[in-house]
Parts: sequence; C-alpha cells; structure tokens
Amino acid sequence: MSRSGVRFSSRALMANQDAFAEQALDYMPQLYSTALRMTHNASDAEDLVQETYLKAYKGFAGFEQGTNLRAWMFRILTNTYINSYRSKKRRPDETELDGVEDFYLYRRMGGLEAARASRSAEDELMDYFTDADVQAAVDALPESYRLAVLLSDVEGLSYKEIAEDLDIPIGTVMSRLHRGRKALQKQLHDFAIERGLADAVPEAP
Amino acid sequence: MTHDHDATPAMPIAGTPDCERALAEVYTFLDQELSDAQRNEIMAHLEACSPCFEAFDFEAELRMVITTKTHSGECPETLRIRIEEKLTYLRIQGSGGIGPDGGGEPGREA
Repeated sequence: MSRSGVRFSSRALMANQDAFAEQALDYMPQLYSTALRMTHNASDAEDLVQETYLKAYKGFAGFEQGTNLRAWMFRILTNTYINSYRSKKRRPDETELDGVEDFYLYRRMGGLEAARASRSAEDELMDYFTDADVQAAVDALPESYRLAVLLSDVEGLSYKEIAEDLDIPIGTVMSRLHRGRKALQKQLHDFAIERGLADAVPEAP
Repeated sequence: MTHDHDATPAMPIAGTPDCERALAEVYTFLDQELSDAQRNEIMAHLEACSPCFEAFDFEAELRMVITTKTHSGECPETLRIRIEEKLTYLRIQGSGGIGPDGGGEPGREA
C-alpha cells in the first residue's frame, strides 16, 4: 500500500475511534458487572474494564462496522480476563453434580405456586433471592462454567459468540452452560433451604 | 399439607414423548438458539401442555432473576471518568500521527 493510502486509512481510523468512544462507553456498566463476577474483586474489575477499553480503542480499526459492538467488547473483556487475570486465581473446574437433574430448582420450588395465591408470579423468584444470593451463586461456579454462564445468562451472547470468545467448540459451550446452570440452581436451592424457603430434599436411597 | 398437584419435592414434570422432547430443549429455547421450525414446534406444545409451560415459565423467570441481580452492581463514576480521560488522551496523541497500534501509553505488566 502506498504512503498516501496509509495516511488516508489512518485518518479514517481516527474518525472511527471517535465513533468508538461514543458507542462503546454505553456498555461500561454491563462490562463492569461482568468483570466484577469474573474477578471477584472491585479493583481488578476496574483495571480489567479499563484495559478492555484501551485495547478496544486501539484495535477499533479491526472491528467490522455493522457487526455487534457489544459482543466485540465482551470478547475483548473475556480474552483480557483469561490472559491477564485468570491464571492468578485458577480454581478446579469440576464440581459435584451427581444427582442434580434438569429443572432441579423447579422440581423443588415450582410447587410454591400453590402457596402463593395472593402474589403475582413475576414477583416470586425475584423476591426469594437477593442480589447477594445470586452473585454468590455465580461466584461459586467453577471458572469455566462461570465464564459461559456470565456470557450467556447475564450478557445474552449467542453460543457462537461464546464459542469464539472462549475459543472452544459450540458443543462445549452448551455442555458448560448445562452444567453451570445446574450448579447454579443447586446453589440457589441451598440458599433457599438455609432461609427456610424450601424444604430440604432427602437424598435418594 | 400441600395442594394436590406438583408440590412435592423433586416432582416429575411431564411424561409424554412430546414433553420430553420439549423439556430437553428448554435451554436452547430460552437461549434463542433454535430454528424457527423447532421453536414453533415447542411453542405449540407449550400451548397445549400446561405442566411443560409452567416449567419453561419458571426457567424463564429464573433467567430474568439471574440477569437482573447480577447486573445490580454500580459501575463506579470514577472509573468512567478515568476511562474517558485515557481515551481522550489517546485521541489527542493519535492526532499527532500515531499509527493504528497506538503506543506510548504506559501499559500494565502482562
């Protein structure tokens, strides 16, 4: 490419980067709350979000206009987390899920409908679990499940986007989500039992 | 002690082959990963089968709880200001002729 060509693309790049600042800053609260759940730590979360923005700004020429900027930002966040933060606090990926079936929570708490006649359905689960419960349950997930669950359940990314972010096949995304959601439901059920909101379930013989 | 339906711990949900097929796809359904045809098939089943509908409804509601409550942390205003300042700094630097890779910004240790 000629020199003038380079200069032209560099000017286009700057205009692009102005556009970036306008569009991408809106995602900061979402990025921050995900960063917080990734790092478990406010100071690391702030650093992670800041690094994400600086990388995104510098790499914005590589962003394909018209594609999903939000998903792109989350990809940078996830990659930065994996490369710079994760190794410090690696935890085992396995968790005990024997006997945790699908619809674990519903099978145990869905019957609450019977007891809640006077209240609206939408308020119910919202009221049972506090913000701290849900955040603690997410935090307790093994790393690989936690990342998948955060990107899907919390950020609404597609399987394909998550597969690209984590550099794993789509089938692996699905199995991590499946296991992560089971573990999350089990943890929430444990909180509900502690609080006397659900009955302890006798272990199957 | 409880009403006569669906209130025992670890209750079964529903048992026809249609139910099993629908219930197996609850996550792909909620995640919007099904084709239109698959989605319509499940919608038709849910309209006809209230136990499956209840189970899907519960999972959808739970998803909303998880999304909402995980997002409740406030993003510190100081962070926003710091990032905006850094971006402005990079932009001013950029207008001085720095290329696509930027540079100059003292980085953290990788």
